[in-house]
Amino acid sequence: MIELFPQPFAPGDPQAGGLVRRWPATVKLAGALALIVGTALVPVGGRGWFGGMALLLAAIMALGRISPRPLLLRLLALSPFVAGVALAAAWHPGGTLDWRTTALRSALCLATVILLAQTTAFGEMLAVLRRVRVPALLITTLALMQRYLFVLADETVRMRRARASRTFTGGRWFAWRVAATVAGQLFVRASERAERVYDAMCARGWR
Amino acid sequence: MHVPDGFLDAKTALATGALSAAGLGFALRQVRLELPPRRVPLLGLAAAFLFAAQLINFPVLGGTSGHLMGGALVAALLGPAAAVVVVATVLLVQCFLFADGGVLALGANIFNLGLVATGGGYTVYRLVARCLPSLQGRVAALAFAGWCSTVLAATACAGELAWSGTVAWRVVWPAMAGVHAFIGLGEGMVSALVFLAIARTRPDLLPDAAPPKAAAARRREWVVLGLLTSLGLALLVAPFACPWPDGLEAVAARLGFAHQASAAPLAAPAAGYALPGVASPGLATALAGASGVLLVFGLAVAFSRLAVAKPAPSASDPA
Repeated sequence: MIELFPQPFAPGDPQAGGLVRRWPATVKLAGALALIVGTALVPVGGRGWFGGMALLLAAIMALGRISPRPLLLRLLALSPFVAGVALAAAWHPGGTLDWRTTALRSALCLATVILLAQTTAFGEMLAVLRRVRVPALLITTLALMQRYLFVLADETVRMRRARASRTFTGGRWFAWRVAATVAGQLFVRASERAERVYDAMCARGWR
Repeated sequence: MHVPDGFLDAKTALATGALSAAGLGFALRQVRLELPPRRVPLLGLAAAFLFAAQLINFPVLGGTSGHLMGGALVAALLGPAAAVVVVATVLLVQCFLFADGGVLALGANIFNLGLVATGGGYTVYRLVARCLPSLQGRVAALAFAGWCSTVLAATACAGELAWSGTVAWRVVWPAMAGVHAFIGLGEGMVSALVFLAIARTRPDLLPDAAPPKAAAARRREWVVLGLLTSLGLALLVAPFACPWPDGLEAVAARLGFAHQASAAPLAAPAAGYALPGVASPGLATALAGASGVLLVFGLAVAFSRLAVAKPAPSASDPA
């Protein structure tokens, strides 16, 4: 799993979060949304907002006993897009982008989402979505995706390992064909699994 | 190409959010009407598949590697409405579970990768596959569609960044479209190779193997999603795509970010694209773009011939 998920935090870790985990999911979701909208839209000069926001996030992290290390590592992984846009802006002599503010904004929003993901189970978020009348088909799809995400990722690792232990030829073109075959096989297996899942859902009285 | 939070302003986030909500709502309704209940779990599994497939690395030059985006591939495998639902699901999970892509930018990301890439990719795929219905033709169609979907999504992304006043259009569009014209080559090849692998092992899973049913519903799906996509692209890109600088300046003044761009005089953007013997810069840009698209189409056909004709080429084969 480590090679598959470079994201250094484990989503939905049931141990993380402490006190914050027990807050109602509706409150956390609504609060995170409000904070993100505010941070993304506050005018450039809003130093007070940014400072207050950073303090609030730090307080929540202290309250939930969440280690800041994964968050900092994840913030580093964000930088390609920010760096790309900053570079594009620097290219343009009359650059209109204050990229430091933009980077600060995106970092604070990212930290909020990571905190939300670390302290709230995905099922609770889905329950909130169901309460605000998101179409049932979308919720079913989201739930099934989250359920089988790690299963299929594991399957990818197994197929890759099996392939690596059987083939010896190198070459880029060959590598591409093999990787594409693995992906195609993954789709075939996902489709077959979907059939079985449907039977299991029916046996448990779905619809 | 996931836009993080903080790069888009309120009007862009609202406009793309409304477009995405409309497109996703329509796609969900369409899927509920025509997908048999037996295939409902396939949506979730296909989303998990797309997520896992995006983790498979394809080695490029040096130590770098790229991965699949998959909008065009999923559209070719499941049809456009189901593909919109699947890609939107992947983006939602990536946003809330893995903090990949912004929450406020979710509308823009679903619009770029969910509506533009799948809708545009599917349209290209259908049009080409109708003319070339053989397996090789469909592989070529998907390779071309993968490239088109990548460039279209990059264009929409550039339009959003420019419309927000984050980066000027004449900087961000050439950069985004240029980089993604190369990335799109890989996307097209990977999509086509995956499609080919499925066609070789389980051709019954491909939609074209099944008898064409509910053609009218399919057409309506296509028309509505196409209209939404074009509307969004017109909104995002058309103000900037005008080749005359005064048009751009007028738009800039109207949207109120002219003062931000006033440091640099706006010149005709076609200087780098000028073709010998063509007077109008707009026409020259269009001709250069069209010849580039034709070149990629030729590459897609050549690639499909290489991929389909030789099941196991030697390692020394140039790709």
